[in-house]
Amino acid sequence: MSDTSKVTEQDVSYVSELANLELTEQERARMVRDLNSILDYIDRLNELNTDSVPAMAQVSDRYGVDESKQGSSRFAYASREDVKDGLRPSLPHELALQNAADADGAFFRVPKVIEK
Amino acid sequence: MIPTHDTIESVNRQIAEGKTSASAIAESYFSTIDAKDGEIGAFLALSKERAVAKAAEIDQLAKAGKPLPPLAGIPVAIKDVMVTRGVRTTAGSRILENFVPPYDCTAVARLESAGAVILGKLNCDEFAMGSSNENSAYKPVKNPRDTSRVPGGSSGGAAAAVAAGMAVVTLGSDTGGSIRQPASFCGVVGMMPTYGRVSRYGLIAFASSLDHIGPLTNTVKDAALVLRTIAGRDPMDTTSADVPVPDYVAELDIPVRGLKVGIAKEYFGEGLDIEVRQAVERAVDELRSLGCEIVEVSLPHTEYAIPTYYIIATAEASSNLARYDGVRYGYRSRKARSLSEMYRRSRDDAFGAEVKRRIMLGTYVLSAGYYDAYYLKAQKVRTLLTRDFDEAFKKVDVIATPTSPTAAFRLGEKTDDPLAMYLADIYTVTADLAGIPGISIPCGMTKENLPIGLQLLGKHFDEATVLRVAHAYEQASGSRLQASRSSA
Repeated sequence: MSDTSKVTEQDVSYVSELANLELTEQERARMVRDLNSILDYIDRLNELNTDSVPAMAQVSDRYGVDESKQGSSRFAYASREDVKDGLRPSLPHELALQNAADADGAFFRVPKVIEK
Repeated sequence: MIPTHDTIESVNRQIAEGKTSASAIAESYFSTIDAKDGEIGAFLALSKERAVAKAAEIDQLAKAGKPLPPLAGIPVAIKDVMVTRGVRTTAGSRILENFVPPYDCTAVARLESAGAVILGKLNCDEFAMGSSNENSAYKPVKNPRDTSRVPGGSSGGAAAAVAAGMAVVTLGSDTGGSIRQPASFCGVVGMMPTYGRVSRYGLIAFASSLDHIGPLTNTVKDAALVLRTIAGRDPMDTTSADVPVPDYVAELDIPVRGLKVGIAKEYFGEGLDIEVRQAVERAVDELRSLGCEIVEVSLPHTEYAIPTYYIIATAEASSNLARYDGVRYGYRSRKARSLSEMYRRSRDDAFGAEVKRRIMLGTYVLSAGYYDAYYLKAQKVRTLLTRDFDEAFKKVDVIATPTSPTAAFRLGEKTDDPLAMYLADIYTVTADLAGIPGISIPCGMTKENLPIGLQLLGKHFDEATVLRVAHAYEQASGSRLQASRSSA
């Protein structure tokens, strides 16, 4: 691995917090090693000049585009007919709660949100 | 024991002629699974009740002399990333160990309404993240051709089940090669349709702009039959395309003479195993002798596909997997005293190493200060990769490549080196990024008797031509039959 490692243990701590992961001491050390090796490999993208290349968010950008319209209405997939046309009925309460680790019949129960 | 390798046609015929019943077929497949799966490890759950009920329904129809649906009585199994009502669905992860979905994935529902009998759920890499099936939280899958080797991944169970004769058809998912690479390693057919061709409703999300559902089968014709059933617009997935679905089966026998087959040198470079190269070159010769014109094309950005993929796929995954927090479904840590501690501990306890690695990488490339350098950069290179294919497909109808640089590797061979594992997908990720369809079909065996896969890539929404060329090659080479005869 290069001696100019990109990702430090501090970075790993910061990112794991963003990702809602804790990671053990051992996992953190391994993560520093793995992320650096992958990011070193990823660096080869900088060989390409992409200044004038548009970004591609997804394949659907390439079809179903109505150029006469503005914003998200240009895209066929932007309209959620499953919601709009009521095709996606809400799950019955009982079904929605059946996979929960803790529920009281009406709500999901979770530990205290605000600590004293 | 020699796999039976029924096809949809052969099962259809047996039922129609009254030689057997859907119930008897289901029963015989369950006993094959009983006998074999202890060693292979392809199944995570069986859905016997559902299978028995569906088979009985088909038998009723047959008895009454009513017309049978196209997939009547076909034993099918589903990769465990597709939700199935009332049948436990884990995505190969501990975090969904006890998850029983309240609804069906559209592709599964369409198969079942066409008469298919759902046998059970198939092992895979956790959240479809892996190329060897060794990232399953439950057990590894062994390659039925050689049980010291991996079946490929992430649809390893789906490929192994077909190869071992434990299902006639399976559904897999492909985000970076996860249908085609295991199909190649196990010596079966694996088809990834165009992005948006098959609804993703009910597919547990890994990377939403790259995820595809597709069939793994014994023959190209079976793949065409299954794709015809599951393809087409679904209002429940807004990215599913409103593009007419042709009759793939009817088009299979149109001669391929005069079609142009592209060969790109970028897919025959460093790292390609010599035996794989020779087998693919022989396949290309075969296509030439069928009257196809072989044309050299260039896909100059190919070497940038893996880094592009591992930015985009992990970024999307880090967002998609944020939903696993122990609140509404899935595992919850009992040790936490606060809500935020509960999120962290639940995820820490129940996600495996590769999933954590990808969530971390994805979160990193999206984090403040790095977004432009990584995520935006990758989206731009994705455009370049897609343009490569646009240019190539101005000159040719399909492109032929190896599916994977090597045949199946040994269990444990690459588990310590994530980057080496990622490179197993070097010839498959490009099609996911560009959204074009691709198929892997068997094209020979190595000296060690391991299957080799030929990949054929096509234009957006032109699965018909991909299937047609694959079918013509399969008919001419008979390689599938040779491969199954030489398997134990």
